[in-house]
Amino acid sequence: MKLLDAPKNVLYKIINYTGGRGIDAKLRQLGIYPGRTIKIIRYAPLGGPVMVEVDGRAVAIGRGIAAKIQVEKI
Amino acid sequence: MRIGLIGQPNCGKSTLFNQVAGYRAETGNFSGTTVTFTESKVRLLGGIVTVVDLPGAYSLAGTNPAEQEVIKYLTSNEIDVVVNVLDASNIQHGLLMTIELLELNIPMVIALNMMDEADRAGIHIDVEKLEALIGLPVVPMIASKGRGIQPLFVKAYQVGQKKQVPPQPKYDEQIEAAIDVLATSLHEVDSYLNPRALAIKLLEGDQFVLKELPEENLSIKADLKAVNASLAHQYGGSADWTISDARSKLANQISESVIKHGLRKISLRDKLDNVLLHPFWGYVGLIMIMYLFFQIVYSVGGMIEEPMMGVFQNFEVWIEAQFANPKGFISQIIIGLMQGISGGIAIVLPYLVPFLVGLGILEDVGYLSRVAFLMDTLMHKLGLHGKAIVPFILGFGCNVPAIMSTRILEDKRERFISAALSTLVPCAARLAVVFGLVAFYLGPGLALAIYLFDLFVIAFTAGMLNRFLPDDSPGLILEMPVYRIPTLRTIINKAWWRIREFVVEAWPLLIIGSVVLSFLNFINASTYLNMLVRPLSWVLGLPEQVGVPLIFGVLRKELSLVMLGQALGSMDFPTVMTPVQMITFAVFVVFYVPCLATMLVIRKEIGVKAMWSIVALTTLIATVAGLVARIIASIFY
Repeated sequence: MKLLDAPKNVLYKIINYTGGRGIDAKLRQLGIYPGRTIKIIRYAPLGGPVMVEVDGRAVAIGRGIAAKIQVEKI
Repeated sequence: MRIGLIGQPNCGKSTLFNQVAGYRAETGNFSGTTVTFTESKVRLLGGIVTVVDLPGAYSLAGTNPAEQEVIKYLTSNEIDVVVNVLDASNIQHGLLMTIELLELNIPMVIALNMMDEADRAGIHIDVEKLEALIGLPVVPMIASKGRGIQPLFVKAYQVGQKKQVPPQPKYDEQIEAAIDVLATSLHEVDSYLNPRALAIKLLEGDQFVLKELPEENLSIKADLKAVNASLAHQYGGSADWTISDARSKLANQISESVIKHGLRKISLRDKLDNVLLHPFWGYVGLIMIMYLFFQIVYSVGGMIEEPMMGVFQNFEVWIEAQFANPKGFISQIIIGLMQGISGGIAIVLPYLVPFLVGLGILEDVGYLSRVAFLMDTLMHKLGLHGKAIVPFILGFGCNVPAIMSTRILEDKRERFISAALSTLVPCAARLAVVFGLVAFYLGPGLALAIYLFDLFVIAFTAGMLNRFLPDDSPGLILEMPVYRIPTLRTIINKAWWRIREFVVEAWPLLIIGSVVLSFLNFINASTYLNMLVRPLSWVLGLPEQVGVPLIFGVLRKELSLVMLGQALGSMDFPTVMTPVQMITFAVFVVFYVPCLATMLVIRKEIGVKAMWSIVALTTLIATVAGLVARIIASIFY
């Protein structure tokens, strides 16, 4: 399923990212890559970005990107 | 000896630098604002060493020219030892870069910073085990409290003297084999990288390194292709993916074996974010914080401006009294000189100083990133990302760093749009005009109205620009730093650094401009300059004399207010201008042609064409906005 559709505050495991290479590298630098556990902790209103937590680090990512991150339930 | 500091954004590297350096550094919570090299001489063990603060980066992947420069600098003989600063509460990500640094084969020490925050997050790190695993000295420390700094630099000094090079990190056998094959054939190549590092960079598909390979050496390219293919076969992914995956695994392994997770104390970040990023209260908070911020700037500035202006006006009367002919050449030049000086002291600095201190606090506390999160949706309407809010906010201080900060945006189109729009953001100099003219005489509410009008104009301009340059970019990716109480030292350093720019670079221009104007005034040249601008001032219903201040305002915007006073013969503006004229003038000054310094930075950062486009665009916008302001103001006055 898409990360974007995941419910808030539930841990998921990242399967893959299906977007461009530049974005993939940036996500990786912030610890968002296949195999890691991730959870959505917050939504910005009006279709804004979502805030996720990976290993205690909070990262805001746009919904377009969150829709391209595939996750599965642990 | 030269000691280089390197680390990922928000690891506290700049805080560490400021603790030892004294002055001349900028720190911030924003990914990528540390863009230039800064260095300082530091006393250590009875000798003097040079500490170099390198730009913060998440990796050394060579995805941008700045990272490439850092690698070149590190591998040159200029640096004797590297201090790799790691955020102890988050070593896993930091280790990714540590591994890349290890590959460069240079003397190195690890500063395990923010031990207090790790402790609060319930993370306990086995420092000795970490040292044993990566084969490097690791010094735990808390830079913000000044703890562990002395032992760190002593260790770094020792390592640098012994030129102690760390062991290489080892990957899977197949990857190591692939690296070996390439490294052997790269032995002959003349490069700033060692063969192993060069091989790894090539496998990663680093474009900069690839370009520097000798053209005629076709065998290396053939080898690279073969190795790439075999790795792809073994791992089922491209070589660059395989390498970065292997690195992530290694970092994972190390961090998992040295970290013991304890009980996480309730995080301040979560609690504060629940309020500050709340869909409703977050925005209420944003408006309140911004309003409070401007109120404080206004009241502090006003408190100083008023008595100071009085002092200078009395002084001016006194000077004129000393001369037999007060309208003579020398007395007029002296008065011009003094008005330039008083303009800086009494009008600009009283607002600039509290503004920069406040902005520095917001930045270092970590609130600016939250603003980016809250504002992303709105910025998308402008065809930009939440991240592009940075140049806008910096623009309130000075447009020059704002234009520079557009570097954090990847997309060329986005850089042009945010540069163009951030020149429309009223900087501190224009703040001085708006506050000194409108808020001071007509009330702070009206100044706020001008700011709101400004936001509207920016949104409108963005809409027009997006029509010509449509948006096709992906989304925002931005780290939310934990909230931190900034150290007084970093705040003062940062504010001083920015104020210094004004005092050293702008103020002399302002004084010279003021003297030149006095001279032009004396020989009556201003009549001609005013005629030149007359069509514009007529349309806007402004007095004829505004021509000269507007022309000189291009030098520095704050000049225009000082010179307006000079040109009209009084600094008590309500006696020489109507409220409508004051508002119209302030609005026009806010928008028209960016100042000379800003123009030059645009040329440097984005290009000559962009510079002239922005000049033309802003002149047009200023005229239309001035006209609108004149019409609206006429209804109320």
